Amino acid sequence: MTTIEVRGVSKTYRVRGAGSIDALADVSFTLSSGQTIGMVGQSGSGKSTVAKILTQMERPTSGQVLLDGAPVPSRGAALRAYRQRLRMVFQDPFASLNPYHSIRHHVERPLVLSGVVPPGEVEAEVHRLLAKVQLDAGVVDRRPHELSGGQRQRVAIARALAPRPSLLVADEPVSMLDVSLRMGVLRLLSDIQAADGLGVLYITHDLATARYFSDEIIVLNQGRVVEHGSADEVILRPRHPYTRELREASPDPESFFADRVGGAR
Amino acid sequence: MSDPLLSVRDFSVRYETAAPVDAVRDVSLTVHRGEVLGLAGESGCGKTTLAYGVQRLLKPPAVIPGGSVTWHDADGTDTDLLALGTDAMMAFRWDKISMVFQGAMSALNPVATVGAQLADVFEVHRPAMSRRARTAAVVELLEIVKVGGARIKSYPHELSGGMRQRIMIAMALALRPQLVVMDEPTTALDVLVQREILREITSLREAFGFSVVFITHDLPLLLEISDRIAVMRAGQIVEIDTAEQIWFRPQHEYTRTLLSSFPRLTAERKVAR
Ligand SMILES: Nc1ncnc2c1ncn2[C@@H]1O[C@H](COP(=O)(O)OP(=O)(O)OP(=O)(O)O)[C@@H](O)[C@H]1O
Ligand SMILES: Nc1ncnc2c1ncn2[C@@H]1O[C@H](COP(=O)(O)OP(=O)(O)OP(=O)(O)O)[C@@H](O)[C@H]1O
Ligand SMILES: [Mg+2]
Ligand SMILES: [Mg+2]
Repeated sequence: MTTIEVRGVSKTYRVRGAGSIDALADVSFTLSSGQTIGMVGQSGSGKSTVAKILTQMERPTSGQVLLDGAPVPSRGAALRAYRQRLRMVFQDPFASLNPYHSIRHHVERPLVLSGVVPPGEVEAEVHRLLAKVQLDAGVVDRRPHELSGGQRQRVAIARALAPRPSLLVADEPVSMLDVSLRMGVLRLLSDIQAADGLGVLYITHDLATARYFSDEIIVLNQGRVVEHGSADEVILRPRHPYTRELREASPDPESFFADRVGGAR
Repeated sequence: MSDPLLSVRDFSVRYETAAPVDAVRDVSLTVHRGEVLGLAGESGCGKTTLAYGVQRLLKPPAVIPGGSVTWHDADGTDTDLLALGTDAMMAFRWDKISMVFQGAMSALNPVATVGAQLADVFEVHRPAMSRRARTAAVVELLEIVKVGGARIKSYPHELSGGMRQRIMIAMALALRPQLVVMDEPTTALDVLVQREILREITSLREAFGFSVVFITHDLPLLLEISDRIAVMRAGQIVEIDTAEQIWFRPQHEYTRTLLSSFPRLTAERKVAR
């Protein structure tokens, strides 16, 4: 059982020529093994900043992050070990994959570093992971630029899952995937969750999948948590005006065409 | 409506790798002047390859085994894009066609401010413009995409993913081209921002009459913003029709699958937890 606690975290950035910005203001929540928290909020509301602070790529201006009650390691071997336990899928698969390395290398490396499978089984594990994210075995020898956007995104997910982390911070992990793949990948995450108790912070702007796959949902607005509750509560009975607006703006072809042509399908 | 801007005929692209990939196969489609044409289809079906191919942006090992791409300019001339020299094509690209690349949020120069990068576009392509006019135009663009003029001096890494995506949209709109190709331009944007930006693009389109090819896997969004939608699968266009026809009377089995598989926000939760 692993628990990560974000306690009263704030992050202030300087904006050139325009003062400063509170990217996060007094954010608190707890993520445990076996649980999925969905995090939604407008572009620029601070979601990626939360992710960066969890992985220690950024330090909070104030507040702290605790792993099983102790401050998360900030350097050296302890930080590296922490980053194998808490894995990250970055928002941008075009920047986060190394153009000089094959797909095999990307997935193999965390397997070797973490030693989750014996050396003789690494190759088979690479193929198993790629199959899990519905990538053809033929991609292993290609480099990232030889893949489509959605294929790269799936490589990033396979790489994050490789060392069998206990927590996963996934920043818009399926934004470039069509619906059926998107549901497939999210189901994969919930299967791993059921089997191994993976805890997931699922950052997304897709309210529908956030509701489907999360136990709780946190709504960020201008760096503040404006709503936090069970997934159904937040989406079906939103209390904050921003959440309501977000909900109402979701594309819904059914009502869109009903309004436009006055007919039902 | 039947005023064509770009005609693509029997167009194919192959990646000549060890195991060759026929990424685009015999595609024919027409982009009309002033329309929003949506291009949808599953990951890896060839959408980006098609968009790159018609603009001659592909590099080896990609080859174009066949087909034609004809540009029908607003001034009445027709141009065979596949026959254009490299320099002519380059000029053509900025002036007539612009593209928001998939993954554009990482395409910005990390060591220049976003304001400088936008100003650069004007400096190179509109050299007669004064410095003051340039700055005004940059601020206007930043406002259009809702990043706000106050961020003119920010570096790319100081902006969120969605903000960087919007800078790239601003860049594509800068020179008012006749065709804007957007490849998954809003993957990092929530619906509220998405709608505001699309509204801006729609009103600009009405004012300046450009066409948009909008590539996305997000069919609900596409149905709302497109005049027509092309559905692509395994390198081929399997269906192309008005958004209404696609919604009410999809002809191809695959289109039906696409339409039925997206989760509804308020429906029963399917995943037992
Ligand atoms: N290094 C930085 N310097 C200055 N400002 C920054 C920096 N990093 C982030 N910011 C600002 O902090 C705010 C929050 O950014 P963040 O990336 O967390 O947003 P987000 O919710 O992930 O948005 P998106 O959905 O667009 O990815 C933004 O206004 C952004 O410009
Ligand atoms: N340089 C390359 N060498 C070999 N194959 C390639 C190359 N670039 C792309 N491909 C393959 O061509 C096919 C089409 O890719 P493309 O990028 O056009 O897909 P897409 O429809 O844009 O997908 P996505 O929605 O995931 O971005 C994919 O199977 C991809 O793996
Ligand atoms: Mg972000
Ligand atoms: Mg693509």
